[in-house]
Amino acid sequence: MSVKNRLEMKNVSKEYYGNRVLKNVSFSLGEGQVLSLVGENGAGKSTLMNILFGMPVIHATGGFEGELFLDGEKVNIKSPEEAMKLGIGMVHQEFMLLPGFSITENIKLNREVTKDSLLSRVFGKPLKWLDMPEMRNDARASLDAIGLGIDEMLPVRGLPVGHMQFVEIARELDKKNIRLLVLDEPTAVLTESDAEKLLESMKILVDKGISVLFISHRLDEVMAVSDKIVILRDGEHVAETSPRETTIDKIAELMVGRKIESGAMQGRPPSALRDEYIIEIRDLSVDMPGEAVKGVTLDVKRGEILGLGGLAGQGKIGIANGIMGLFPSAGEVKMNGEPVRLNSPRASLGNGMAFVSEDRRGTGLLLDDSIEFNIAATAIQTSGKFMKPGIVTILNSREMGDHAREMIEKLDIRCTGPAQLTRRLSGGNQQKVCIARAITLEPSVLFVSEPTRGIDIGAKKLILDHLVQLNRETGLTIIMTSSELAELRSVCDRIAIVYQGRLEGILLPTDSDRDFGLMMAGEYSKFHGKEAV
Amino acid sequence: MKLIQRNIVPIVFLIICALGFKYSGLSWMFFANDLMTRLARNSFLVISLIVPVLAGMGLNFGIVLGAMAGQFAAFITIVYNLTGMAGFFIACALSVPFAVLFGWLTGVLFNKAKGKEMITGLILGFFANGVYQLICLIFIGWIIPVSNKALLLPSGVGFVNTLDLKIWQYAIDKFYVFKPKGIDIPVLKYLNNINFPVVTLVIVALLCAAVVLLFRTKLGQDFRAVGQNRHIAEVAGIKVDRVRIIAVIFSTVLAAWGQLIFLQNIGNVQVYGSHVQVGTFAVAALLIGGATVSRATIGQALLGTVLFHALFIVSPLAGKNIMGSAQVGEYFRVFVAYGVIGIALALHAWQRQTKKE
Repeated sequence: MSVKNRLEMKNVSKEYYGNRVLKNVSFSLGEGQVLSLVGENGAGKSTLMNILFGMPVIHATGGFEGELFLDGEKVNIKSPEEAMKLGIGMVHQEFMLLPGFSITENIKLNREVTKDSLLSRVFGKPLKWLDMPEMRNDARASLDAIGLGIDEMLPVRGLPVGHMQFVEIARELDKKNIRLLVLDEPTAVLTESDAEKLLESMKILVDKGISVLFISHRLDEVMAVSDKIVILRDGEHVAETSPRETTIDKIAELMVGRKIESGAMQGRPPSALRDEYIIEIRDLSVDMPGEAVKGVTLDVKRGEILGLGGLAGQGKIGIANGIMGLFPSAGEVKMNGEPVRLNSPRASLGNGMAFVSEDRRGTGLLLDDSIEFNIAATAIQTSGKFMKPGIVTILNSREMGDHAREMIEKLDIRCTGPAQLTRRLSGGNQQKVCIARAITLEPSVLFVSEPTRGIDIGAKKLILDHLVQLNRETGLTIIMTSSELAELRSVCDRIAIVYQGRLEGILLPTDSDRDFGLMMAGEYSKFHGKEAV
Repeated sequence: MKLIQRNIVPIVFLIICALGFKYSGLSWMFFANDLMTRLARNSFLVISLIVPVLAGMGLNFGIVLGAMAGQFAAFITIVYNLTGMAGFFIACALSVPFAVLFGWLTGVLFNKAKGKEMITGLILGFFANGVYQLICLIFIGWIIPVSNKALLLPSGVGFVNTLDLKIWQYAIDKFYVFKPKGIDIPVLKYLNNINFPVVTLVIVALLCAAVVLLFRTKLGQDFRAVGQNRHIAEVAGIKVDRVRIIAVIFSTVLAAWGQLIFLQNIGNVQVYGSHVQVGTFAVAALLIGGATVSRATIGQALLGTVLFHALFIVSPLAGKNIMGSAQVGEYFRVFVAYGVIGIALALHAWQRQTKKE
């Protein structure tokens, strides 16, 4: 079976500020075929799509290397508009629909059918009339093609989510020259039955000779619709396969598989941990935009390092933020058997919990204050440390400075002195200041979110080592949230994986890549029955 | 009930105006004639705000620059003594290049301050006033020669405070005045003895029609798309920055014409003052009509103009009759006008915040 190549990517590489996110990726997609791109967050899928769609973010950061061919012709796409002219359509992860417009107006957005008007003869296209009846006909035709029988004049505001996704696809279908359609996680927001319908409508597209690039975290869908599956990991093309030649767990293994140096795993076996729980979380829900938690039940052992992992947007970040009272939350959290008042950062701090936020420069630091003040700030607020007693309490700056010097030495913060502003520090050193502040509270539980995000490799290791050292020396319980599975596996004793706002399961760092991959894709329980949770 | 809730602002002002009218003791004829004059004089300026609102740029306080463009054109006709209706329309034509230039500059600035167009426009108005004064007070008679020394300050540099516009005062207002008489139909009989400046009203009506029709063209659709969500419009291939600049240029040109209509009714130009309040008054009128920062219609613009100026007419006398001092009424009017702007902006910010949560 020889199929003409619709899209060919050759040796595509991309760097963001010296950070290589794509390394020589090459693949091809045939006419009327479906190619699925799978990979963890940060594997480079979005960057690849941004390159294909000519998004400004690519060209504002120095462009990319490599070549793109469309139907055998070399193309150089510099803007979304050019991509559209070439017949590339995209259904984005977030909805690209205007709520105040009708379905018709959305489908025909910027491709409106127009008629001449008196003034358009002088001033050109902008002053042409809209031909609403003709636009309605076109919209109707596209909606019918994918089997959506709703009124094309309804406003988009108030439509069920599933319908919106179909309107997006109808819009792409309405582009007469469309050759290649990119679907970026189209089923992520759909119910199962809607997702099935959507996959069916994909087949209609393919029958028309349109090629589809499909991105999804739902591996069963990938298996169901693909002609070809390309697996990306850390910006590298690691495997190319087809549903006939592979299985879901093989894909999962390839997605995650990452060499972890032998001996790098510092986690202790379960037998070395005490079976005593310091924190008991029951049915915790957190309303954090983009990272919603929907009923997590989890126990944390005293003195362990617990990892919270999972893909971006699944809710792992919301857990720590919810317990610390930074986002509205509901449920029950007990510490040492005593219930913790939720939605109150003060109560959480008072209970001996400390938090190093994932948003280092936003929530984490007072950027225009000195290192010493940053380290002391939370302790001053919550426990009145570093204050001289008296009717009017004033700061004891000498004590504060001494403490900061001690921390600087202990955590090896590279700076000119305790008085330096934190804005001037490198990312790694800023993170150390955050950790120093958290330890200053002398907490019994430390939440650390994304401790190594945006930090260079050398500093990463230092920070992780410090955390382990802290844990071993003082018995501090650490709950570490991270998008980097390898990092979790190198320091944690146990790793809880969050999927769609719920706990999917708890694994040991030594468990197989395959199990981690399956859990992050929400497929684990299907393979292992109920035993996982 | 919902209807009342949605239109609460104009309803409250209607009640205040009605009470004010009652206590002012003004005759209907005087009141209605004055209101008609003011409606013809000011509605154009208010309507000029609609396009930027729908393009998502909020209330364009930058129309002060449009008013300046109109005044520059008026100065030219004064210097060259172009009179009558021809003079007025020449002024309108001359104001266009100024207004397009100012509108373009404003638009470019707004694109650099996306999401903060209102405060930017307000401050831009103050800044532009400085440049305007520099030109009118220093450059005129020094760099820009003016032959008619009667227009200049005794030193020969700078315009005098007030320039007479008798040359085309009432050029369109009094071209054809319709005054209904002897109507004997209930309700409609209140229209008796009111002077309708027909040409001005026709021009305003044409403008309203043009704005409505504009939103049925491709460009109008682009305005609305950009107004709803810049990012989505951009991804759909609409040149967002360009569309926004065009919206501001529209607004500025209309404001220039609006200012000229205003001046031809007043009959003189306060060189250093006529334009200063244009932005805030027009904005207040539009908001009183029930518009918001992100939604405005022609009807709201016209209704708002009527209510805002009715308040202007009745408040001094009502204040005098109730409180014994015209100053109190005047104070009340100013208080209310600016209060409305403040409340409308706060409501908008609040609504946006609750939407986010």
